[in-house]
Amino acid sequence: MEKCRIVMSGSGGQGVITASVILAEAAVIFEGLIAVQSQAYGPEARGGAARSDVIISDSEIHFPKVTQPNVLVCLTQAAYNKFFPIIRPGGLLLTDTRYVTTERKVDAKQIELPMYNHVMEKIGNPVVLNICMLGALISLRNIVKPESIMKILEERLPANSIQMNRNALELGISLGENVK
Amino acid sequence: MKNQIKFVQGNEACVEAALYAGLDFFAGYPITPSTEIAEHMAVRLPQIGGKFLQMEDEIASLCAIIGASLTGNKVMTATSGPGFSLMQEALGYAIMTEIPCVIVNVQRGGPSTGLPTHASQGDINQARWGTHGDHAIIALTASNHQDLFTITVEAFNLAETYRTPVLLMLDEITGHMRERLHIPKPGQIPIVSRLKTSVKQGVDYHPYLPREDGRLPMSDFGGIHRYNVTGLFHDMWGFPTDNPQIVHGLLRHLLDKIGNNVHLIAKYKEFYLEDATTILVSYGSSARSALHLVNNRRNRGERLGLLELQTLWPFPYGIVREKCANARHVLVVEMNMGQILREVKIAVEDPEKVFLANRVDGMFITPTDIRNILRLIQGKGV
Repeated sequence: MEKCRIVMSGSGGQGVITASVILAEAAVIFEGLIAVQSQAYGPEARGGAARSDVIISDSEIHFPKVTQPNVLVCLTQAAYNKFFPIIRPGGLLLTDTRYVTTERKVDAKQIELPMYNHVMEKIGNPVVLNICMLGALISLRNIVKPESIMKILEERLPANSIQMNRNALELGISLGENVK
Repeated sequence: MKNQIKFVQGNEACVEAALYAGLDFFAGYPITPSTEIAEHMAVRLPQIGGKFLQMEDEIASLCAIIGASLTGNKVMTATSGPGFSLMQEALGYAIMTEIPCVIVNVQRGGPSTGLPTHASQGDINQARWGTHGDHAIIALTASNHQDLFTITVEAFNLAETYRTPVLLMLDEITGHMRERLHIPKPGQIPIVSRLKTSVKQGVDYHPYLPREDGRLPMSDFGGIHRYNVTGLFHDMWGFPTDNPQIVHGLLRHLLDKIGNNVHLIAKYKEFYLEDATTILVSYGSSARSALHLVNNRRNRGERLGLLELQTLWPFPYGIVREKCANARHVLVVEMNMGQILREVKIAVEDPEKVFLANRVDGMFITPTDIRNILRLIQGKGV
């Protein structure tokens, strides 16, 4: 597998770090891949820009940070403004239309999806925005299979929230399929 | 098989390894970036019938585990820089009273409260000399979760073997980063259990009378023997003494039991050293960036090698001298102002060939940082 270097960014509380951990864990536990995940954060308890770095590969990973992501996800304007210049030329930039207005063109495939709006319309709970984003991501780039993500969610979540997360993942996948 | 593979933070890997080694008592005061160790201990220890105590501070934490160890438990505490400073007095007490315990320091930027959420390796010399008086200490580290697991088990084994506190010097990167961990089957890594005295009840037991091999069998405090434990220089019964011969003998014993066994204690890994003209010496998370660079440069035909130290104290001078003997340049990679650099300079024949690649701004040192310094010392410019 081509090494996949991902940076997921947003505001603390949006679940970008959780989403990145689920993605990397699915790759390691259910797909036999190698992955490392690390995050940068400050001393404040909430708010601020959250950033999570994930590298997924089929060979050993030593340096765990991502300097030039080939997949960049930005879920807030602040995160977009801060991180869009670091994307690798030819990479994938995924943003949410409600939170982010893309200003400049970058040398990357820019995908703007109405993830938040669809989550609120179809599911009605913003807590699964991160899972919807994961769905969109894995349909745009075949990083891991949806079943692998679902298996991790089933292990981590209480039974009564699994269906909502499954719906969010499928919603994301269909949003991604539409713009492929 | 599936449950044997985990995707965890280094702090959690450390917890699982401690439990694997037989830990049954943890006392601590949570502090970033070590907090997850206390968190996971609080969940895991009650599941196996162990005890977790959250203490009022780090002084109490180390004192609590020292007491618990004396009564027969395998014990650990975890902290970061500010807490490690508070622990120095009790650390000296554990050295003097020869009580096995493991102290984890997940390093952050210092001095003082410094940089709670950022990476540093600035406590390496504090580990060696933080507590007062002449003493020997064992300090270990690791760069990836699988090694961290093995090294944590080793820390418990060394603590029992040498009746000494063992320091596990992790850092924010290894502590917080998540990666794959394979939990070994029980028995796959040997475990050293407590050496207990065979002296029967009612017969005189000398807690500080070493056997011929230098080891001191223990008796669970509060059990069948009565004996004294003190931080003062003490005789074979554990009672205070200022008899110069006994004082000298005890100090020599404390230094020699570790100093004479450096060859047994020293753990390290080597990568491409056979024909390396430039050798990087590194440890902990910095060694990940060093290895990344070495692999990259090897692909381009550069004769670069890496010596990764897992035992920092006692410093393996002999090993460093031997491995670096034929290198034209030695570059020490660490996230401090040269704390291991100094030891490497002492170790090698020609200290002039030893250089430092470091970073002290809280950011993780990158392969590019190291490469830039490498090019400078090789006379190639940046």
